[in-house]
Amino acid sequence: MPDLSSALHLAASELTLAVGALVLLMVGAFIGDKSARLVSILSTLLLIAAAVIAVTGPWGSAFNGAYIADPLAIYGKSVIYLSAAVAIILGDGWMKRTRIAKFEYPVLIVLASVGMGMMASSGDLISMYVGIELHSLALYVLAAYHRDDVKASEAGLKYFVLGALSSGLLLYGASLIYGFAGSMRFEDIAAFAVDHPSTGLLFGLVFLICGLAFKVSAAPFHMWTPDVYEGAPTPVVALFSTAPKVAAMVLIARALEGGFGESHAQWSQVLIAISLISFVVGAFGGLAQKDIQRLLAYSSIANIGYALLGIAAGTSQGLQAMLMFMTLYVIDQLGFFAILLSLSKSGRPIRRIADLAGLKKDRPLTAVALTILSLSVLGMPPFSGFWGKYYVFGAAANAGLWPVAAAGLVASVVAAFYYLRIIKLMWFDAPVDDVPTDKAPVEAKWIGWACAAFSFPLVILGLTWLEPLTKAASAGFGNG
Amino acid sequence: MLQSIAFFLLAAVATVSGLLVVTARNPVHSVLWLILAFFSSAGLFVLLGAEFLAMLLVVVYVGAVAVLFLFVVMMLDVDFVKLREGYARYLPFGAIISGVLLAEMIMVSVAVVQGGATNGRTPVEPSLDVTNVQAIGRVLYTDYIYFFQAAGIVLLIAMIGAITLTLRHKPHIKRQNITDQVNRDRNKSVEVKSAQSGQGVSAEELL
Repeated sequence: MPDLSSALHLAASELTLAVGALVLLMVGAFIGDKSARLVSILSTLLLIAAAVIAVTGPWGSAFNGAYIADPLAIYGKSVIYLSAAVAIILGDGWMKRTRIAKFEYPVLIVLASVGMGMMASSGDLISMYVGIELHSLALYVLAAYHRDDVKASEAGLKYFVLGALSSGLLLYGASLIYGFAGSMRFEDIAAFAVDHPSTGLLFGLVFLICGLAFKVSAAPFHMWTPDVYEGAPTPVVALFSTAPKVAAMVLIARALEGGFGESHAQWSQVLIAISLISFVVGAFGGLAQKDIQRLLAYSSIANIGYALLGIAAGTSQGLQAMLMFMTLYVIDQLGFFAILLSLSKSGRPIRRIADLAGLKKDRPLTAVALTILSLSVLGMPPFSGFWGKYYVFGAAANAGLWPVAAAGLVASVVAAFYYLRIIKLMWFDAPVDDVPTDKAPVEAKWIGWACAAFSFPLVILGLTWLEPLTKAASAGFGNG
Repeated sequence: MLQSIAFFLLAAVATVSGLLVVTARNPVHSVLWLILAFFSSAGLFVLLGAEFLAMLLVVVYVGAVAVLFLFVVMMLDVDFVKLREGYARYLPFGAIISGVLLAEMIMVSVAVVQGGATNGRTPVEPSLDVTNVQAIGRVLYTDYIYFFQAAGIVLLIAMIGAITLTLRHKPHIKRQNITDQVNRDRNKSVEVKSAQSGQGVSAEELL
């Protein structure tokens, strides 16, 4: 047994989070629900500390290769932990306003982050599966967190049942792969696949991809997404659409390129098909939506298609594009949800798109921020969303996937319709009623504005900083 | 020979009872079929030389999980006939999908068998010098400590989730306060009243 202390040193960020979550659980259990604010603040600090520990920690692999700390894992983890921290801040204010403030919310997010960290640095099939279960189980509970709300309970139950089904697919695939390759570790599987290309292995791989595609809500495994996004509490949806997606994308990249680099030709076809279906479902499904969160669900389905396209390219440039795209997308999403949380009329949150009409009179600054974020998700240059798509389409075209990239471009033009509709409603339509919006909660308002400011103009500075980081993170993956 | 017969018998029983779990009309019967499926799988484990896992399967799944299922199914007030209303309507579509899936699996299995099922890999022979329990004990807390601890956190999340989603603090419920109980003494709880001889005491007087 190689010494335990060095292994623990490598996994220090997860260890910090796990031990910290236990301590916070004790704090909450002894002080009671009054401690919700305190536990939230401490959890936020804990997640930031974990991100710092991950970034400054050593590289290497531990636990017989089950845990990998490399630049890809570290980059993924810092994005995951920081966006989870933002979700805790957003959730704290929201829970207080809806009077369901409980200390379990931040604790569950911290525990989910442990699982997402495991996913980002998993080097074998067991740690992959345990990481996925760890974070999904916490997310199921969070989806149903507002337990007196029928829609939230429905969202939780739907997510749980369909999530269990996808875990079944994933496990079936994993057991086939283990059966044929004789090893759980991605490295060994890759080494085995070089000498023995096997149909059974590919069969398992397809099941594995199906299970993972479910977790990132890529079509045709997206059925749960609109309902869960509509029913779950808004700050929880903000979490759903950011950290777990990044974790699962990093995991997909690692499993496919680390474990099955040899069969790139086969799995890239599957990913391309999934991307294309996601483009279509996301772009056309969103057109008819009336609920903002349902709209964002379809938007996330389409965006996951773009991110998967980066992985499908199979090059390190493609992986870099995926990381870039996901980072910029996460910031846009956090901004979108923060603004959504900051808008309410006579104590009721704004849910329907039509309710945004005439927002410019009431809240000019928020309307500007929402406009910037919409243009950014739409992919308008020079906003941040454009740069994400620019990298992905560039990488796809370089890998010879230009027809798919063209299809993605068309889909984003179709999707532009629903973002432009939001902008039109805010700036040119008369408000539906004379009720002014309530005073916006400070934290949500500022996070929304900050994310919008990042989308434009700070993104230009951000790119010069993100580019080398993502390049370092994706080095060593893919074929050239 | 005997082993092959045992294998095919157990495997067939496991598969058929698995099918019956899904198709049985009465959910209590489903759980009973599930228990049979667990028993047959335990038998398969014994054939593989993994007696400890077989015992665990019986103890944990049959003893705890399945019995828990049985309780839940019996206690739930769900109209199962109503739940099955869509069954016939979706059956053709489901049958097509599962038929395609089955055909694909058979095709792959055939292709795999033709190419040499395991590519010369043979399962590791169970070593005779250590028992099952020893073999698991050697790796569970050493090689697999990472997974073991992570699985522990999964269970912790399940517990936190169950409590968060179901626990309600109702205000008018009397709860046990152990500190109060321990600190009680005779002077606080017993009062000596003098009663007139021959008259007895009434409840009003005592209060």
